[in-house]
Amino acid sequence: MKPGRLKQILLLTDGCSNHGEDPIAVAALARNQGVTVNVIGVLDDQQKSQPQGLEEVESIAEAGGGVSQIVYQKSLSQTVQMVTRQAMTQTIQGVVNKELQQILGKGQSIEELPPEKRGEVVEVVDDLGETCDLEVLVLVDTSASMHHKLPTVKDALYDLSLSLNARSGENHFSVFCFPDAKHTIRKMIDWTPELGDMNRVFSKLSSGGYTPTGPALKEALYAFTERPIRGMQDGVDPYEETGF
Amino acid sequence: MESILMKKPASNLYPGMSVRGKWSGRRYTIIRELGEGACGKVFLCKNDQGDTYALKVGTDSARMMLEVNMLKKFSKVQGVKLGPSFIDVDDWVTNKGTYPFYVMEYIKGESLPSFLKGKTKDWIGVCAIQLLTHLENLHKAGYVFGDLKTDNVLMCQSQLRWIDVGGVTAIGRAIKEYTEFYDRGYWGIGSRRAEPSYDLFAVTMIMMEMAYPHRFEKGAHPRKTLEAKAGSSVWLKPYRAFLLQCWQGKYQDATQMKLALSRIVMKRNKSKSNSSPSRVQSRDRKVRSEKAEMVTISAFVTAFLGLSIYSFWL
Repeated sequence: MKPGRLKQILLLTDGCSNHGEDPIAVAALARNQGVTVNVIGVLDDQQKSQPQGLEEVESIAEAGGGVSQIVYQKSLSQTVQMVTRQAMTQTIQGVVNKELQQILGKGQSIEELPPEKRGEVVEVVDDLGETCDLEVLVLVDTSASMHHKLPTVKDALYDLSLSLNARSGENHFSVFCFPDAKHTIRKMIDWTPELGDMNRVFSKLSSGGYTPTGPALKEALYAFTERPIRGMQDGVDPYEETGF
Repeated sequence: MESILMKKPASNLYPGMSVRGKWSGRRYTIIRELGEGACGKVFLCKNDQGDTYALKVGTDSARMMLEVNMLKKFSKVQGVKLGPSFIDVDDWVTNKGTYPFYVMEYIKGESLPSFLKGKTKDWIGVCAIQLLTHLENLHKAGYVFGDLKTDNVLMCQSQLRWIDVGGVTAIGRAIKEYTEFYDRGYWGIGSRRAEPSYDLFAVTMIMMEMAYPHRFEKGAHPRKTLEAKAGSSVWLKPYRAFLLQCWQGKYQDATQMKLALSRIVMKRNKSKSNSSPSRVQSRDRKVRSEKAEMVTISAFVTAFLGLSIYSFWL
């Protein structure tokens, strides 16, 4: 099997959406377009109880075929890389399961194989996770309550790049934030293979009192679908067909 | 990892319950819980013949299977026992769902912190040398341990054993499982690519943890924090220069690092036993007690020298 190209949106937020279309519907749409949506809810380290509205975090990821996690700031770095990896494996397993069903008939999945066969299949999945190309669009909620968490977010994104760049497959990252008065989301870092120096990334921020998670996700999805145009200039992408 | 949401319902196993394999039909009776790993719980169990084993039950079937593959490969490398031996792998069907499980050798031992309690600082060096000997073998086979940490080793009759090989990764690949305190990426000292030097860094952090059981935060300047912590512990005094050299990337393989460490452990003992006769010459009472102390130390040193030579040539 050829290594494919995985596309993910990673949403970092700390609250419930309160403006515009339903983010769960947009996430479902993204999944349909071959883009997985992962969501991380970031809590303050002192926060005792789970704030209201964070159930949405799980629902968005579920609809987007991705992984969600609610964490305290201090475990953000490790969570960001874990969620991204877990979602990669999940997507690859989905593709492998589809292939298995074609070969072995309906109802077959990796879990249902006898242990010896399963052992061989999971090695293939693991290899694909190591070698596939990955595009991650990071979408950061920069509404007022997130401001003091942004230094931690920066550290976590640098750490994510460190983790993923240890793989043999290629990586592309971009960072967007929302809300933005004019365009709903604002591009902070254009597609790059490495998230290195992010010192000035979140320096100029507008802090509106609303959280348009749905519209922001939709714009992020557009940012992905607009990308093939650039890809075409570089020549036709040979991996697009693998269905990842 | 601190997360508030629990993804999948975990399996509930209690002493006395039995787990029967869906594929083989073999049965294991749970005796008690041993601990909780990255992707499941480990129990002490016995089979119908009464042999005791460790049994791990999880939810993520693929991840469990990868662990089994590693266990099969690395319970023994070149005749040396590195991890627990692999016994069995199967699925356990319950009315709540199907849970993958595997069975391995039960390693009865003591955790590193409890083993070190009441022991001298020389043991820091001895344990690290043992770890490096294991790593030498593993690296030669083309793998790195990955998630090397205090929790993943047990002391079994003064010999160090690995109990969780889930993080073992082929050299050149990306490290997938790590614990921040032992991860050189977290401290800004290198990449997360599986290279022998990745494990060597973790060894230095295990040594640091022996002196700082409660660990410490990385602060704004991680490398400076490390250097300061290595400098301010009496326990680490003999190893201070060595640790700094490790972080500067002086040692690229376990053999080099082990040699350097062995030299420290040996040298210290020699200078100590030489200095003892000259100091005992004084007359007052205080010194007499010091003399007694020195005799004890020399006795220990002799025993220790024997032990370190033994572990060095092992």
